Amino acid sequence: MNIHEYQAKELFEKFGVPSPRGQVAETAEQAREIAGGIAGKIVVKAQVHAGGRGKGTFKNGFQGGVHLADSADEIGEIAGKMIGQTLVTHQTGEAGKPVGKVMVAEAVDIEKEYYLAILMDREGRCPMIVASTEGGVNIEEVAEKTPEKILREPVHPLAGLQPYEVRKIAARLGFAGDTAKQFGKLLRALYKLFLACDCSMVEINPLVTTPDGAVLALDAKFGFDDNALYRHPDIEAMRDVSEEDPREVAASEFDLNYIGLDGNIACLVNGAGLAMATMDIIKHCGGEPANFLDVGGGATEEQVTNAFKIILGDPNVKGILVNIFGGIMDCDVIAHGIVAACKQVDLNIPLVVRLEGNNVEAGKKTLAGSDVALIAADDLADAAKKAVAAIAA
Amino acid sequence: MSILVQPDTRVLIQGITGGFGGRHAKLSLEYGTQVVAGVTPGKGGQTFEDKVPVFDTVDQAVAETGATVSAIFVPPAFAGDAILEAVDAGVELVVAITEGIPVADMMRVRATMEGSRTRLIGPNCPGVVTPGTGPDSSGGCRIGIAPGYIHKKGSVGVVSRSGTLTYEAVWQTTQLGLGQSTCVGIGGDPINGTSHLDVLKLFNEDPETESIIMIGEIGGSAEEEAAEWAKDNCDKPIAGFIAGATAPPGRRMGHAGAIVSGGKGTAQAKMEALTAAGAQVADNPTGAGTMMAELIAKL
Repeated sequence: MNIHEYQAKELFEKFGVPSPRGQVAETAEQAREIAGGIAGKIVVKAQVHAGGRGKGTFKNGFQGGVHLADSADEIGEIAGKMIGQTLVTHQTGEAGKPVGKVMVAEAVDIEKEYYLAILMDREGRCPMIVASTEGGVNIEEVAEKTPEKILREPVHPLAGLQPYEVRKIAARLGFAGDTAKQFGKLLRALYKLFLACDCSMVEINPLVTTPDGAVLALDAKFGFDDNALYRHPDIEAMRDVSEEDPREVAASEFDLNYIGLDGNIACLVNGAGLAMATMDIIKHCGGEPANFLDVGGGATEEQVTNAFKIILGDPNVKGILVNIFGGIMDCDVIAHGIVAACKQVDLNIPLVVRLEGNNVEAGKKTLAGSDVALIAADDLADAAKKAVAAIAA
Repeated sequence: MSILVQPDTRVLIQGITGGFGGRHAKLSLEYGTQVVAGVTPGKGGQTFEDKVPVFDTVDQAVAETGATVSAIFVPPAFAGDAILEAVDAGVELVVAITEGIPVADMMRVRATMEGSRTRLIGPNCPGVVTPGTGPDSSGGCRIGIAPGYIHKKGSVGVVSRSGTLTYEAVWQTTQLGLGQSTCVGIGGDPINGTSHLDVLKLFNEDPETESIIMIGEIGGSAEEEAAEWAKDNCDKPIAGFIAGATAPPGRRMGHAGAIVSGGKGTAQAKMEALTAAGAQVADNPTGAGTMMAELIAKL
């Protein structure tokens, strides 16, 4: 789950991670008011989940999702051109993202930019602090070209962050005196936030020092552990479904695990591993998968029907591959779901079905006895070959 | 022999009175597994299916029944505690089936278990099966949620992160007549108990296991570590399969651990590591079974 910049800022404020003063606005008037309370240069930023906002273009022709201005009136005017409009950046695709809110904040003078992140390290099975003096740039590039400029500090999962670790990182980043103290305070607050919110990652890029000696988190990116969201209703409430793929939103309502892709062969599979393997073999046979879809180990007829509706709602889909290895799951349940779905939707594209496992004979009988036109396949490779051939025909 | 569990292994099930746990406890009993106890706090004194006593604590269950393995079917919010309760009771093996345990909980569980005598498999895994010699492989030890009938007693050791992918390979080796010594699902979470490498070492030591199928997926570097070890230390043929070559980076593919991030954990790198270790890498999971048959035919 992703959150907006202004929501990240709210979390920072709650946990005492210093960031530039600012607030979110939903109207141009609000933006003007907030700007009126800020002295000096002011920045206004469109709130969308995609990167590349500064170089983006609104569909109304207005250029740039990030602007600097000197007066509150100017900020209000710019905000009026952003709110309610659609912003297209290199990350949003042609459709763009609707902008419902803007963030208005003081534009701070930057002395130097740093990088600071905490992430859950699966190999070390502990939180890992990652920091660098090279901030404000793509950190993966820094890691590749100058790995010595990235420092990593694993934190003991039971002992937690120790004062010496904070001092060590501060010193290695070149902080001294009051700046080191301020950095230490920020890092401890960030670590507390990381654990308290069950983050999988929190990344500040850039972390900046200002000419008057402050250490501030300028921009942040959060990742949360989906498994832990049940104990964070406040964070779950930050979810903005208008930012998500509508197909994925629809699928989550039926407890289906769906990820939209760009290809034209839709897949419906039970099990995450098998769903990935099905995508892989479609590609291997020269096709392109339209999605990842795991209906789970205990799917019902209703779920299968809804899964069909979702994959058929994708206009790119030219064919469907159903791949089921019914271990405990009854193949006949899947067969009934397919038949029910085909009755409800007007299926006019090729459907390849591979059923194997528990009660497979009954499932095949159900399919054969229905008036659903389908192509039966013997195994995974056979199914993929037939699906690719069917859409080429 | 076989690894981890035998037909006479005494098993207890935490969460036996829940819908999911109860259903699979019943299937395990039908398979012939020695399910000797159940544990559900507050339900001690009940009897499951008229034969399995239910206890309030794992401590009591172990003392009364001598169970040495615990299967965890407890809901995610309580599963971390359930694992540590089993560790505290001194069982040899904990198999955590539960899907959806917060990563931070597993981090603390792993750190707390450090130095204990207990091995953890999972969480978010299909479990462990050592097939028996009866019809549809019954008479063996089935812990978890795998369908029993797809197995057959034999010589291939199977280790995998994913459930249905394991079943594909198991079914294929059964169809080909090879059968399996033991099948281990290590689970799809980023922090788990037993790794591919741990299981590979056990299979290498097991006289009954003649060959190994290793199934991995994107995310982490566990497959690479296993391959690195196997290169110089494993004297049994390995067939492998890695799922997720076409997965988009940064997206979690169902399993919490199946994610390519920062260019790490790609299917390509894992396949290369396996190939470098002398393993045969298949392009689909059933292919791994066929490859195994071919490898064995050449021995």
